[in-house]
Amino acid sequence: MPLLTVENLNVTFDTPDGEVHAVNGLGFEIDAGETLAIVGESGSGKSQTAFAIMGLLARNGWADGHVNFDGIDLLSLSPRQLNKVRAEQIAMIFQDPMTSLNPYLKVSEQMTEVLKLHRGMSNREATKESIALLDAVKIPDAKSRISMYPHEFSGGMRQRIMIAIALLCRPRLLIADEPTTALDVTVQAQIMALLQDVREEFGTAMILITHDLGIVADSCAETLVMYGGQVMEQGPTQALFEDPTHPYTLGLLKAVPRLDRDQDALEAIPGEPPDMSSPPQGCPFSPRCPRVMEICQETHPALERSANGVLRACHAEPEAVR
Amino acid sequence: MVFPRRATVEALEQAGTMEAVQGRSLWDDARARFFRNKAAVASLVVLAAVVIFASFGQLLTPWSNEEIDWNMLGSVAQLGAPSIENRHYFGVDETGRDLYARTVQGTRISLMVGIVGALISVIVGTAWGATAGYIGGRTDQVMMRIVDLMMSIPYMFVLILLLVVFERSILMLFIGIGLISWLDMARIARGQTLSIKNKEFVEAAQAMGVKTSTIIIRHIVPNLLGVVIVYATLLVPSMIIFESFISFLGLGVQEPSTSWGALIAAGADQMRNGTPWMLGFPLAFFVVTLFALFFLGDGLRDALDPKDR
Amino acid sequence: MLSFIIKRLAVAVPTILALIVFSFLLMEAAPGSPFATERGVPPEVLANLEAKYGLDRPLIERMGIYIWNVVTQFDFGPSFKFKDRTVNDLIAQGFPVTLTYGFWSFVVAVVVGGTLGILAAVYHNTWLDYLAVGISVGAQVLPNFVMAPILVVVFTLWLGWLPGGGWRGGQWEYVILPVIALSTSYMASIARITRSSMLETLNAQFIRTARAKGLPMRRVIFRHALKPAMLPVISYLGPAFVGMITGSVLIDVFFSTGGIGQFFVNSALSRDYSVIMGITILIGSLTVLFNLVVDVAYAWIDPKIRY
Repeated sequence: MPLLTVENLNVTFDTPDGEVHAVNGLGFEIDAGETLAIVGESGSGKSQTAFAIMGLLARNGWADGHVNFDGIDLLSLSPRQLNKVRAEQIAMIFQDPMTSLNPYLKVSEQMTEVLKLHRGMSNREATKESIALLDAVKIPDAKSRISMYPHEFSGGMRQRIMIAIALLCRPRLLIADEPTTALDVTVQAQIMALLQDVREEFGTAMILITHDLGIVADSCAETLVMYGGQVMEQGPTQALFEDPTHPYTLGLLKAVPRLDRDQDALEAIPGEPPDMSSPPQGCPFSPRCPRVMEICQETHPALERSANGVLRACHAEPEAVR
Repeated sequence: MVFPRRATVEALEQAGTMEAVQGRSLWDDARARFFRNKAAVASLVVLAAVVIFASFGQLLTPWSNEEIDWNMLGSVAQLGAPSIENRHYFGVDETGRDLYARTVQGTRISLMVGIVGALISVIVGTAWGATAGYIGGRTDQVMMRIVDLMMSIPYMFVLILLLVVFERSILMLFIGIGLISWLDMARIARGQTLSIKNKEFVEAAQAMGVKTSTIIIRHIVPNLLGVVIVYATLLVPSMIIFESFISFLGLGVQEPSTSWGALIAAGADQMRNGTPWMLGFPLAFFVVTLFALFFLGDGLRDALDPKDR
Repeated sequence: MLSFIIKRLAVAVPTILALIVFSFLLMEAAPGSPFATERGVPPEVLANLEAKYGLDRPLIERMGIYIWNVVTQFDFGPSFKFKDRTVNDLIAQGFPVTLTYGFWSFVVAVVVGGTLGILAAVYHNTWLDYLAVGISVGAQVLPNFVMAPILVVVFTLWLGWLPGGGWRGGQWEYVILPVIALSTSYMASIARITRSSMLETLNAQFIRTARAKGLPMRRVIFRHALKPAMLPVISYLGPAFVGMITGSVLIDVFFSTGGIGQFFVNSALSRDYSVIMGITILIGSLTVLFNLVVDVAYAWIDPKIRY
């Protein structure tokens, strides 16, 4: 049985311009200890998917569908029950480490409060455990630096602290929402390596949300390509990247600079992600798709398994796209 | 790469609409937003009515604000209530003077105080804040320190001291109000300037060797306008409150002139004598006008300062 | 922290001194001032002044004596109108009254306003929010001089529940109306500021982090959101203090409490310069010191401010 099963997930926001459908009928699953990357442009609904799973949507947003974590439907939990799942079972790392730590509280408090609440530890035990985790994420001199405030750390260090906080209760699933986007390139690699290490050490499953295809290849076995709040393609990362058969995946890959291939120029996907307050009727990608056909604008393609074991949603035949 | 026709057309169409959106000026956008706000539009109507009342209200009554109706004297509580017949629309005050004419006169003074105070604050405050913010460094520190210092003094006491020393007069009142009204504005203008200062068009002007004073006047100040207008509208009511406070204490305008504060004070003095109109009319004018001014200010802020929405 | 306080004091002390010098010079310049001429002052007062300052001495010397007396002994000299009373006598008589209801007004404004603002933000877009917004918008147009007569009309003349003036040594029924009249508009401002800054804070990313950690809402609000949300409120406390202390003048006059405001206005109307000066300096110094306390509180809460 998979650790997390998402079925027919919809996320809707009530805005002054009408309802915005950020996620539409999304489904995927992830097994214990596995890794899944969710990729797509900004605005494709990746982060909102994560927030929906954690029950962290903004006030004007709501989710429906099924999110089944180890036999519990997360969407139907009371706030109190949900708080038991958060941190203990599922933890999350956010995009911008500069703003995701509370600037007014010492790091020690932001760590120990989790252990005191979820594990019932005393202050002394919680502090000891927190220092151990800061050591694990390779923060030098953790013992004295734990009593500093977030602004006294660099961006990379803060993201390490965030990772340490997320791992405090040894969660079974870690959701990393663009964990390296806000960081310098050199620091990005360190953070990804660290995530990889701790994930293996703690045996945690991970959902990595990113728009950076470069970091996906090394870190995740499985990849889900998302667009307009829907799955475009899902399958083993290797198969997906070596032999892309979906026009959107292909477009994303062409926009990534590669050293190992002879590229004349990077090709951007023309146009903008769809306005989700009035999504296209058929395939959400159809207005920008170079392979667009009549049928694409009318009906939404079903998610079907193709010959190489990849799930794809496209009316065009794989051969035609290659 | 070859794109199917449809996609290109679509992309062009999108580009076209985007341009159209940007083509509408900020001010058009702001006006549209403002007129969608019903409370703000209603407030504008109310304020227009109050201004008309202050300007032309005197034409409707045969009484002046100083004239005593001798018929009333001694029996104000019995005879002085509002009445169309003897043309005391708002009744008379405790000395038999027509309250309607006095309210017209008080409204004039109160509105004038509000507008003059706001004007001074716009001129002095914007110049001060823009200069401090644009030049920065030590100049900025010194200039803003002065503002901080002046703000930390309980101003009303100093103003009353001034009024006592230099004889009470409308002019002195205006000077006193002018002296403080610009402080907040200076802070706001400075904050805005700091964020504008590093924009490309300012850097471009600097690169071309435009004089500092010209940059401030031509590039900084026009971009402060939205915020300044919003804050100035919100200053008008606080200036009115300020003046009314002093006049309520009897330290502001001098008889026979009056203002809302003085009228409310006179009405409050008589509230135990069964003449509720003396308190009611000035109070209603004060409260309604202030309400309208606050709603207008809020409406303008929502329209001109979209980040606050 | 200590050096921060010292640095602030280094600004506060000259401010107070400047206020004293300014008041003194103004009094010197005033027409009809006994310091300038000898007209219209009772002979006994003149004798008092002579003894105290030596009216024939040069200006600088007299100012020196005045400042020295104020700074070292808190002595504001004799009244110009009352033959046998000093400014200090009047302050000693009136200040405790003003301080009593002023203190309660401040507490009411902060506690009620703060609570209302927090509730409105936490229950955003519910009836509670609308109620709080309604109250704070309405109270904007109800400054103390509007509130005071309305309260007396309602609670004294109509309902007859509470006395419309007097003090009686500060019995509770005499304190209530002054406190409400003085605190209402500041309570509303504090509610509005608290609400909007709380709303902004609750949308911050670190609040999402706190929720993702499975903390109960109570802890998220009171431990994670309250501190940053209160910072703008704390900055507002300085101006609120000035506003309330100014308003107390009107409250003293309107409710005849016998507080210093009554002495202040009477002196202003009768040109009792030394009393006006003394009260202005006292209030000014209090304000400067209060602002100092606010600055320190701010720095203490916000770890990013380095002292």
